[in-house]
Amino acid sequence: MVEFALPANSKIGKGATHKAQAGAKRVKTFKIYRWNPDDGNNPVMDTYEIDLDKCGPMVLDAIIKIKNEIDGSLTFRRSCREGICGSCAMNIDGTNTLACLKPIADVKGEVAITPLPHMPVVKDLVPDLSQPYAQLRSIEPWIQSDTPAPPDAERLQSKEERAELDGLWECILCFCCSTSCPSYWWNGDRYLGPAVLLQAYRWIADSRDEATGKRLDALEDPFKLYRCHTIMNCTQTCPKGLNPAKAIGKIKQLIFERQG
Amino acid sequence: MSTSDKPARVTTRRSGLSRARGLGSAKAGSAHWWAQRASSIALLPLSLYFVASVILLLGADHARVAAYMAMPWNSALFLALIAAMFYHLALGVQVIVEDYVPNETKRLATILVLKGVILFLALASAIAVLKLAFS
Repeated sequence: MVEFALPANSKIGKGATHKAQAGAKRVKTFKIYRWNPDDGNNPVMDTYEIDLDKCGPMVLDAIIKIKNEIDGSLTFRRSCREGICGSCAMNIDGTNTLACLKPIADVKGEVAITPLPHMPVVKDLVPDLSQPYAQLRSIEPWIQSDTPAPPDAERLQSKEERAELDGLWECILCFCCSTSCPSYWWNGDRYLGPAVLLQAYRWIADSRDEATGKRLDALEDPFKLYRCHTIMNCTQTCPKGLNPAKAIGKIKQLIFERQG
Repeated sequence: MSTSDKPARVTTRRSGLSRARGLGSAKAGSAHWWAQRASSIALLPLSLYFVASVILLLGADHARVAAYMAMPWNSALFLALIAAMFYHLALGVQVIVEDYVPNETKRLATILVLKGVILFLALASAIAVLKLAFS
């Protein structure tokens, strides 16, 4: 549902400040959302000053440096550090993106980092993504085909058919898009959100899949699909440069096409 | 996320998948989506016609407006404008209420009341046009 103010126990307070070491020349300030489920306190924004001469170029380098050298309790997800695992999705400088792909130099002034918006927080920068994961499972993101695969070969596609999947297969399921979508914030329990709808379209567009009609049936719903109002936050925020709004538009177009 | 020592009360033991599937697909929404687009396309020329009519009738007295409306072209276009505009309004208002009112009873009641008001305004506008046309 729509919420204009944070609930009382989510109001963000002022946190601790960790100054840069004396002699640091290029100091950058990071303000990072901290919340610990065990201490019963409200979340705070902690301030960390980092010497950029002793830090890698990306925001992920900075938060790893903070965890290693300043504050070991800072909690966040990360794995591949090259934009392919989707673990380090967070809100940096007001935009959802991957910390590993976001250059510190791109942020003017202080670097504010918060978890992905409007998701329950597990701790610090770690959001609880079980709802979008369950929604992804609900669209059955695997090939469904009654025709058995050839015994001695792959299921083939023409070059054109394979090209249909470009701009879809690259999605790494970081959920930057879904958590940037106001419609998903207000109605995420029923609206599937851009990431899951892009995945749904990835299987609808696959020439080897034989369940297209069933997939469209499952999506044709005022809430699951039609809560998309083409706000385009998803496309603007996608750290992989994909266009979930276009994929959703194609699903709507196909549902319309099969009626007439 | 409780601030007390008590653990939060468990309100559901349903699996995530069960909640994600919910009541399944309503197999609806596409007609509404298309009607919204079709009515907005219709409103493009109709609104231009409306603006042109208003400019044409700037400063006109009642008799001249009545004579303008008495021409079948004009009264028909005005009735079409009223139909398309209030239909489009009803569709759009319904989406806004569905977006922002999570409680099902309140949502249904709000949509019913607003659609009733819109229907009344549409009828009142149409009667105003007809009264002018037949005066």
